[in-house]
Amino acid sequence: MNFEAFLFYFFSAILVGAAVAMITVRNPVHAALFLVLTFFTSAALWIMLEAEFLGIVLVLVYVGAVMVLFLFVVMMLDINLARMREGFIRFLPVGILVAVAMASVMALVIVRHFHMDAPQRAGADYNNTEALGQILYTEYVYPFEIAAVILLVAIVAAIALTMRRRQGTKAIDPAKQVRVTSKGRVRMVDMKSEDKS
Amino acid sequence: MISLSHYLVLGAILFSLSIAGIFLNRKNVIILLMSIELMLLAVNMNFIAFSHFSGDLAGQVFVFFILTVAAAEAAIGLAILTLVFRNRQTINVQDLDEMKG
Repeated sequence: MNFEAFLFYFFSAILVGAAVAMITVRNPVHAALFLVLTFFTSAALWIMLEAEFLGIVLVLVYVGAVMVLFLFVVMMLDINLARMREGFIRFLPVGILVAVAMASVMALVIVRHFHMDAPQRAGADYNNTEALGQILYTEYVYPFEIAAVILLVAIVAAIALTMRRRQGTKAIDPAKQVRVTSKGRVRMVDMKSEDKS
Repeated sequence: MISLSHYLVLGAILFSLSIAGIFLNRKNVIILLMSIELMLLAVNMNFIAFSHFSGDLAGQVFVFFILTVAAAEAAIGLAILTLVFRNRQTINVQDLDEMKG
């Protein structure tokens, strides 16, 4: 077994183990942390596949942003863990059966029909980020812009969903402030002077 | 030597595990969302393996877009989750039956 195979099996073992732990642990915080571990090992495997840019993006964006968001939400919500575990034992045999059946069927098809030997490794002067950027900004520039729009829509939707007006706060409504006229502020009253006696 | 089928089988195992996770944690919406993330990871693993072994960068571009859409999906999903929790004080799937589906 050469070093590449050793690395592959090492990272795959951690990856599968962390995935199993993620779906079985009791505490959602631990589940999120095991998912972080799966992302790290997948990034290592992707780097072995010469997809350095995506491996680093996976760590930065997924571990750095998405999983932190998950952890925030998990810690913010007060979850009744005992009720969440109801039915875990009952569905365990079904889950294992479905997983094993699907994995074995897919593995059977893959092992029989997908034989591709490893291509020649790229040289030291090959830059994955540059190559990806070359086609991303030329051939795939419209999908790239659509992806940007999707992210913008996600930002707007997330903020619009979670924003709420609380009752009873002393905040000023800017629209009302802008609409104010001088008549609303000062009332001029005509009256005669009166004797002081 | 590590061939394409090694990576594809790994992706298949990950995908099956995430499906098992959806079966096992049917009550907890957060774990369901995490299982979906794991499923997308398995798909991305297949894309990158094919991209490497057939020498075509298009697969990696596709993974880039999947990552983008998955991040957007996670953000909106978690926003809906916090909204549900704020209104119902629970995220148990079994309690979310207002629409009588």
